[in-house]
Amino acid sequence: MIDLIFAQTLNGLASASSLFLVACGLSIIFGVTRIVNFAHGSFYMLGAYLAFTLVTRFGPADVFGFWGGVLVAALIVAALGAIVEIVILRRIYQAPELFQLLATFGLVLMVQDIALGIWGPEDKLGPRAPGFKSFVVLMGSRFPTYELFLIVVGPIMLGLLWFLFQKTRWGTLVRAATQDREMVGALGVNQRLLFTSVFAFGAGLAALGGALQLPREAVNLHMDLSMISEAFVVVVVGGLGSVTGAYLAAVLIGIIHAFGILVFPKITLVLVFLVMAVVLVIKPYGLMGERPVGSAHAHGPVEPLLLPASFNIKLIGLAALAVLLLAPFVVADHWLLTLTELSIFALFAASLHFMMGPGGMASFGHAAYFGLGAYGAALAVKWLGMPMLPALAFAPFLAGIAGFVFGWFCVRLSGVYLAMLTLAFAQIAWATAFQWVDVTGGDNGILGIWPAPWASSKLVYYYLALAICVAAILALRVVIFAPFGYALRAGRDSPLRAEAIGLPVMRIQWIAFIIAAFAAGIAGALFAFFKGSVFPTYMAIPRSVDGLLMVLLGGVQTVSGPIVGAFAFMGLQEQLVKATMYWRFVLGASIVLLVILFPRGLVGTALAFAERRREAEPAPPVTAAPELAR
Amino acid sequence: MLEIEGLNAYYGRAHILHGVGFSMGRGEVLALMGRNGAGKSTTMKAVMGLVPPQAGRVIFEGHTIVGREPFEIARLGIGYVPEERRVFSELSVMENLSVAQRPKREGAPHWTPERLFQLFPNLGRMRDRPGGAMSGGEQQMLTIARTLMGNPKLVLLDEPSEGLAPVIVEEMAKTILALKSEGLSVLISEQNLHFAGSVADRATIIEKGLIRFTGTMDELKADEAVRAQYLSV
Ligand SMILES: Nc1ncnc2c1ncn2[C@@H]1O[C@H](COP(=O)(O)OP(=O)(O)OP(=O)(O)O)[C@@H](O)[C@H]1O
Ligand SMILES: [Mg+2]
Repeated sequence: MIDLIFAQTLNGLASASSLFLVACGLSIIFGVTRIVNFAHGSFYMLGAYLAFTLVTRFGPADVFGFWGGVLVAALIVAALGAIVEIVILRRIYQAPELFQLLATFGLVLMVQDIALGIWGPEDKLGPRAPGFKSFVVLMGSRFPTYELFLIVVGPIMLGLLWFLFQKTRWGTLVRAATQDREMVGALGVNQRLLFTSVFAFGAGLAALGGALQLPREAVNLHMDLSMISEAFVVVVVGGLGSVTGAYLAAVLIGIIHAFGILVFPKITLVLVFLVMAVVLVIKPYGLMGERPVGSAHAHGPVEPLLLPASFNIKLIGLAALAVLLLAPFVVADHWLLTLTELSIFALFAASLHFMMGPGGMASFGHAAYFGLGAYGAALAVKWLGMPMLPALAFAPFLAGIAGFVFGWFCVRLSGVYLAMLTLAFAQIAWATAFQWVDVTGGDNGILGIWPAPWASSKLVYYYLALAICVAAILALRVVIFAPFGYALRAGRDSPLRAEAIGLPVMRIQWIAFIIAAFAAGIAGALFAFFKGSVFPTYMAIPRSVDGLLMVLLGGVQTVSGPIVGAFAFMGLQEQLVKATMYWRFVLGASIVLLVILFPRGLVGTALAFAERRREAEPAPPVTAAPELAR
Repeated sequence: MLEIEGLNAYYGRAHILHGVGFSMGRGEVLALMGRNGAGKSTTMKAVMGLVPPQAGRVIFEGHTIVGREPFEIARLGIGYVPEERRVFSELSVMENLSVAQRPKREGAPHWTPERLFQLFPNLGRMRDRPGGAMSGGEQQMLTIARTLMGNPKLVLLDEPSEGLAPVIVEEMAKTILALKSEGLSVLISEQNLHFAGSVADRATIIEKGLIRFTGTMDELKADEAVRAQYLSV
């Protein structure tokens, strides 16, 4: 038993090293640029793929061939990071946080297809590292020397990074900029250069982490998202911006993983995220982190108030509804499927908007509640033998209960921390669906969830879905403009003042969280019957990002925004999937472009445009772009 | 050396500066005076490019600086000491100084940490102390020292005496006069007429984003109407 514990500890420490490198890069980049770089897992993956190619080319058996390949891979990715920063990020530093996040997620999609195009869909098995091919016997178990090497790499890198940040001018500048980047600029430091170098450095670290995994595990196309969600956990547990914290957290997570496999092989992921939740409840800003100082949100346009729709917009809404009602008499049958799906996603987007807009709580993991709604319906049909309508009614409660539990933790945090925690909870939900095969069917999902006979025609199901979705969206709208909605927005805009006048801000946010989860659950349940099956992917990160895209594309400022966004996004995606095999790349590139061109979303931009035209006197430009505005 | 004309600045949609204009000569100490919220800090930020001006001209030694980035403006030789001090609290005194270090500049005094420690002996005794663990007065000295590390020709000092004990305020006045004797130009924003009078050659008064008075310190002291209208609380 002792030797098993020992072996698992070593295992955990070995896997901690790469995780540390990736998380550390993520943390440094966030510290200086305030960008949560979703694409950091992609740099990790690129590092691994490039190392595979280079090592194979340079000669895997040769010491220089192998280690040279690893280093060159990291350097190439660092250079790519610099290019990404210069070409894309530089244009969006002024955009709101979530738009930046979306842009980096666009990069994730682009890199996925680039990797697919270059290296193909098969896993790539790397060579073993020259000099580290043997085993040592430690306390009775055989242990690869490469694992021991990795264990040593962690502390060595920690030491090197410590030296870099404490003893060099560049490190001093980075630490200063992490605290107050504007002041660093006013003291004559070229911020652009600093940002580019920080981004390149972080990307290089991630790539090094990926390249070092080469002898350990096969390189594949899913490395990016699995790594980024773990790196988020490490960064949040360790404390944003803290290198030592990232190391401690990486070791903690690595070891929990290793032991989890031993103790609860089915729910290792759940264990990891539970630890994260516990740490965050005790130390909300992570083991070594500190409460972010004010300036974290100082940039980006202030969100305008949420105003009720004007008479014109209401008319447009009614007209759109009429079009949707009459559509079945005009369009071909297969269009009904598209319209059904659109209605469902409009509700999904509206539920997310309810949290993000009036609630001010950005969720990276809203798909969890969508997915739980879908699974709720499927489980009700499969295990309880419920017919469609009762199952539809039951399902949202599963999502609502999850919102009740997860929300309790989430509303204790705010901003990026809250968003990362929602992501973690979504991963728990996903992992449960994925790993609890007996109940959920795991990766194979649950099949045969069909609507009741009376609703099985495309036409009837379309009207059913449309009716439920429109009713739910209107209900959300009523809540937003009811006293509860005003209290919610008061809590978002000035939590302290709202507390002072006696509003229980946290409780209000919690209730909003539950409502949003419930509404997403309705959408999920409708989706389950629509597709006839449910899969864990319904709750995976990309689906959560789809939701974010819809809301942000439409703009958080208006209630109609997310609906427009849902239609725009689903339409775009559908066309792309039809048009090209590399639709992810095109979609990713479009997201990046949209963020650069419309930093306030489609509806937000249209409103601003209308407002500018209405104003008699030439309005001052909203942001720092005098030439553009004039 | 500095000429400002028709400077307009906004925070979002709020129009704060409505055409500020004044000029400064080499080696001069000019006091920018006015009540709370008059626009003193905003004027300095606009010169520094921290609040990008939407209209107007700012010419520093023949260079037009509107539209340039703060770091470029700093490199031309303008040093900025913000009102809120903004010391890097996790960096030591020495590290705070090193962040701002720039190469020697023609026509401006050259500062090294050692020279600065002669000017601010207190700082020399706490080289390794983190900025966050210093008193308000010490932090104020550190921000000025930090800005001087860039070897500026012109220093924008935003309310240097604010919140300091009378003894320290006196020290501050001496420091400013010492900088003047080195040939530096200093623009200080100030509400305290007594303090301004002890260091400045001229004063310019801003109110609601417009310049209302410009003249020598003696002229201002003599003009009771102006003082009553724009300065008294
Ligand atoms: N970040 C900001 N956003 C919006 N308005 C601002 C901001 N900073 C200042 N203001 C407004 O701009 C106006 C001018 O402010 P400024 O800080 O320039 O005044 P000041 O003369 O420096 O005052 P004080 O003596 O209080 O420092 C004030 O009305 C203030 O409310
Ligand atoms: Mg001020």
